[in-house]
Amino acid sequence: MPQVSMTVNGKPASGDVEGRTLLSSFLRDTMGLTGTHVGCDTSQCGACVVHVDGEAVKACTMFALEAEGAEVATIEGQAAPDGTLNAIQAAFQEHHGLQCGFCTPGMVMSAAALLKDNPKPSEAEIRDYLEGNLCRCTGYHNIVKAIMAASGQNVGAIAAE
Amino acid sequence: MYAFDFERPSTLAEAEKALATEDAQALGGGQTLIPTLKQRLAMPSKLVSLGAIDEIKGVRKGDDGALCVGGGATHATVAREAAADYPALAALASHIGDPAVRNRGTIGGSIANNDPAACYPAAVLGSGATVVTNKREIAADDYFTGLFETALDEGEIITEVRFPIPEKANYQKFEQPASRFALVGVFVAKYADGVRVAVTGASEGGVFRWSEAEAALSGAFSADAVAGLALSADGMMSDLHGSAAYRAHLVGVMTRRAVESAG
Repeated sequence: MPQVSMTVNGKPASGDVEGRTLLSSFLRDTMGLTGTHVGCDTSQCGACVVHVDGEAVKACTMFALEAEGAEVATIEGQAAPDGTLNAIQAAFQEHHGLQCGFCTPGMVMSAAALLKDNPKPSEAEIRDYLEGNLCRCTGYHNIVKAIMAASGQNVGAIAAE
Repeated sequence: MYAFDFERPSTLAEAEKALATEDAQALGGGQTLIPTLKQRLAMPSKLVSLGAIDEIKGVRKGDDGALCVGGGATHATVAREAAADYPALAALASHIGDPAVRNRGTIGGSIANNDPAACYPAAVLGSGATVVTNKREIAADDYFTGLFETALDEGEIITEVRFPIPEKANYQKFEQPASRFALVGVFVAKYADGVRVAVTGASEGGVFRWSEAEAALSGAFSADAVAGLALSADGMMSDLHGSAAYRAHLVGVMTRRAVESAG
């Protein structure tokens, strides 16, 4: 069985995988990092979004072996080692950007990717960027609000829907 | 998924060798192939990932002024790096799927698959681009041969797509709201020697050129020039999202919008 090695949240990670092992399965089953959620397993919901070499990808639609040598970041690596939430996570908590919480890891990872490229996105840009992240609680309004707040912008400007 | 062997070569030569195995299949970004494998609709003996081949990932300007996009360039890369030279192509790339899909999906993967509702085939055919493989160069007009069918041979790898840069161009996509694929997408490009109009999402035969619109627009590049044209519904796709007649009608609407937006 082939072996794969990558860096996950700054630490070396390796394991035996099959060719067909998905990155999401490697993270969850081999690494025990179950924060990466698998909602649809059909590349639509975005609950499994992680960063591979700094880019947001759907971990259920990439093979573990394709991440050989890559730097992978998951939701588990977002807070500080002492558990202090990062700015995006804190804003999600403050603005009630989660209801059931299932989509949240993907939402936070997508938001982090967006803010890296576009530190002050408009409401429209945020909604557009979250195209591939579904929230079945339909909590989009507060998710957008949280991302506006995390980027240091006035959340009062968001129109109520 | 059925089990398969997996290789991830770092050069084109190694990839060619790996693909020589019977039932071996190239893997681009996997955004269509992986869901297909999950549904057990494909059973390759081996997947050969093209993701580590740096020589096919770039976007560059060719000697003849064409924009040369590596077969392994992701949609996000094209959206970023084609923006200055070919904004209509960059805009098309920036509206495929969603951001995470665009970070993985590649132009080579898209046109090798030739989904009848994919966006890239419209740009490639609408630009009269040249598909370059590890073996030869194929003109866009000869490349797309039908539904999920192309002129590619077994094991042939798309290394580059060369786009002649038009004077004006625009792509208009009427999205199927759930999948974001084109219910109808029209790519219009005006070159010194004429206008090309390529339509995706509509026909049962995949992407096609709308020659009547091309003739009209080559005479006068304005939305009015195509206002009176109607496309027959014969051979158009029909499903729960839109009937054949609806798609045929949308082709006209999208063509006019593309001409207006091409500026």
